[in-house]
Amino acid sequence: MVKPIFSKGKIVAKTGNEMMAEAMRQIAPDVVAAYPITPATEIVQIFSQFVADGKVPTEFVAVESEHSAMSATIAASVAGARAMTGTSSQGFALMWEMLYIAAGLRLPIVMAEVNRALSAPINIHGDQSDTMGARDAGWIQIYSEDPQEAYDNMIQSVRIAEAAKLPTMVTTDGFIISHCMAAAEVYPDEDVKEFVGTYKPERYLLDYKRPFTLGSIEMQDYYFEHRYQLAQAQRDAKKIILDVAKDFKNKFGREYGFYEKYKMDDAEVAIVTIGSAAGTTKAVINELREKGIKAGLIKIRIFRPFPADEIAKDLANVKALAVLDRADSCSGTFAPVYSDVVAAMYANGVTGPKTENYVYGLGGREIDMTHIADVFKHLDEVAKGKAQASKTVEYINVRIK
Amino acid sequence: MKNEEKKPTAAELPAGGIVEAGTAAQFKTGPWRSIKPVWSKEKCKACMICWIYCPDASIQVADGKVTGIDYDHCKGCGICSKECKFGAITMEAEKK
Amino acid sequence: MANLKELSKNAERVTGGHRLCAGCGAGVVARQTLIAAENMPVVVVSATGCLEVSTSVFPYTSWKTPFFHSAFENSAATCSGVEAAYKSLVRQGKIKDEPIRFIAFGGDGGTYDIGLQSLSGAMERGHRMLYVCYNNEAYMNTGIQRSSATPQGASATTSPVGKVKQGKEQPKKDLTAIIAAHNVPYAAQAIIGDFNDYITKVQKALNTDGPTFINVLTPCRLGWGCKPEDSMEMVRLAVDTCIWPVYEVVNGKYKMTKKPRGGKKLPVGEFFKYQSRFKHLLKPQNAELLANIQADVDAKWEKICALCGEEVIK
Repeated sequence: MVKPIFSKGKIVAKTGNEMMAEAMRQIAPDVVAAYPITPATEIVQIFSQFVADGKVPTEFVAVESEHSAMSATIAASVAGARAMTGTSSQGFALMWEMLYIAAGLRLPIVMAEVNRALSAPINIHGDQSDTMGARDAGWIQIYSEDPQEAYDNMIQSVRIAEAAKLPTMVTTDGFIISHCMAAAEVYPDEDVKEFVGTYKPERYLLDYKRPFTLGSIEMQDYYFEHRYQLAQAQRDAKKIILDVAKDFKNKFGREYGFYEKYKMDDAEVAIVTIGSAAGTTKAVINELREKGIKAGLIKIRIFRPFPADEIAKDLANVKALAVLDRADSCSGTFAPVYSDVVAAMYANGVTGPKTENYVYGLGGREIDMTHIADVFKHLDEVAKGKAQASKTVEYINVRIK
Repeated sequence: MKNEEKKPTAAELPAGGIVEAGTAAQFKTGPWRSIKPVWSKEKCKACMICWIYCPDASIQVADGKVTGIDYDHCKGCGICSKECKFGAITMEAEKK
Repeated sequence: MANLKELSKNAERVTGGHRLCAGCGAGVVARQTLIAAENMPVVVVSATGCLEVSTSVFPYTSWKTPFFHSAFENSAATCSGVEAAYKSLVRQGKIKDEPIRFIAFGGDGGTYDIGLQSLSGAMERGHRMLYVCYNNEAYMNTGIQRSSATPQGASATTSPVGKVKQGKEQPKKDLTAIIAAHNVPYAAQAIIGDFNDYITKVQKALNTDGPTFINVLTPCRLGWGCKPEDSMEMVRLAVDTCIWPVYEVVNGKYKMTKKPRGGKKLPVGEFFKYQSRFKHLLKPQNAELLANIQADVDAKWEKICALCGEEVIK
């Protein structure tokens, strides 16, 4: 029996989408503009019902495309509203242009994003290609392993976005988290509302007595400074994220950081991954530990800003590690998470561990305990000098030849 | 505005690029002109046609009457002169 | 009748110092629109384009009202978002319940073409806004490329005159009819060369509780190849030749608000002859094309006269 951690918490059985919609109901943003797309549709569908039932004061704009969803969300945010949206995959891709603009204008928009494969071929299942492709858009990216994390991350993201003046996306793995029911704890409305607080923008468009222009053209003489500000805001956001996590722990009891370390203290072989595969990895680690293999996991929660120094330090003492990417970069070399992890290690002088990069799970392809166990088996051999680390990206569970 | 003016740094600029309203008034487009409108107070009937068709808000007005031309911003397009039914605005070459 | 003397007593809300070309019609559209709004609080948004880039070169802005731009194809969606925020914040008592009007600008490229979906969505959803398409009949900001608003026969840089082609091959899209087909409470065509007609339309639109649209023909002296001082006269000739009928559709009812001067329709060549984009059409070898264009204009003119319940002026 799962018990609440927060004294006033209540255990429910809900899917990732339901938990994200529940968080949105409690946050009660001023404006939500959204468009349906599998597997994120439910979030805004459930939220629309809250609007229809008068449970939230939100103005819901049922736009005609995701491009307009993000455009209207941006405009509502500039106008002075706490504004949110939700999407996935192709819809996220259609927003692309506007994602960069939301960040460049420094708007604290929160987006519920359900990770889904990108076309072609069209596929509705989970992988992280969509948001990984927008890793340079200037958004804070928070990934969730299960419905509880999705809910907790949504609640924290409002404060993070508003303090950092950066748009923030909270993601779950399509279907695996979005549609699978799990036991989760919800907190009372008043406690969530107290935690997120009220939004008080310094300047907003509807404050017509203090008029300003936003969205100017900037040429060679100003553009670079504003883009530097954005990059710096991401660096500065690290402290904000940890401060909000600390407040969250004090209030609700659950602990969050840039990433979760699982049995890393004495780990000799480790997997670094993001999202739902972490659960499977933990189960494998438990089995390996019984056999005396010192296996560990780093599950990244905050991918942007990337916690480079911290992750490098925590990987310094392993002998071999594998980064499991649920997105391919199609770059001829490595996938995105691996590239950032290895760059972080090298920059911090961590060159001891042997490293491997695997791409897995594209288009919802299954990854089970045997796949993870195989990765650890190989890492163990590499650690003992019985096998060589690959010089290229490897693939899990795909028919190659 | 002087070109060599020191520009603000990233630390000094407002986040997102907010610009206070109406600052373009400080930017002078008058030097774009090759011909300039010359307004005759005597011929002017204060019909305000020149004012309503000026693309550059460069017809100066007060109390429902034309009072002059804002040469800091007038680009010398000649619409005011062409539209005036009373010949109150003539275009003359800019002395270079 | 717009009273210019009275209107001129209000504070100017679009300053000089913008970077539009001398004689640009877009500057006049911006000014007349805000002059028509008198002292009513307004929030202005714009699609990317000449008007937007020229009036907001950082750290300068010509707008004395709140002004926001984010991208090219989304002026209507942007205005939707601002209006939604207004409704929400007023309803919750987070801002004062006082009227603010929302005005979206877009050029013909940003409205007829890339922004059409966004505009259609906003009109259908019924946001209270005035969308002004300042229509200069091509992508002028990027260097005079053809849009779906470019008239047949006009030379543009992506529909140039060559050895086998004589400018744009297709007639322009009838966007005002498309918007009217959304059954919005107010849609109109106008020219920027008739301040009284235009200002009256803007005021009607701003006083309408719902989505409104004005398609205002606006000269681009560079793209049209005409003299800057002729800007206003140019669009009046478009009315005299019946190339650009000026009318409004109020709750589905059509009304012609301006007729050709002298009660007589001029041949299309009278509009073409002052503009370099059309000069090839007046050559003897293009007589048949010119006749076809005239026939197309005549047919559409008859259609709009019928919709407005007017006798066809010939």
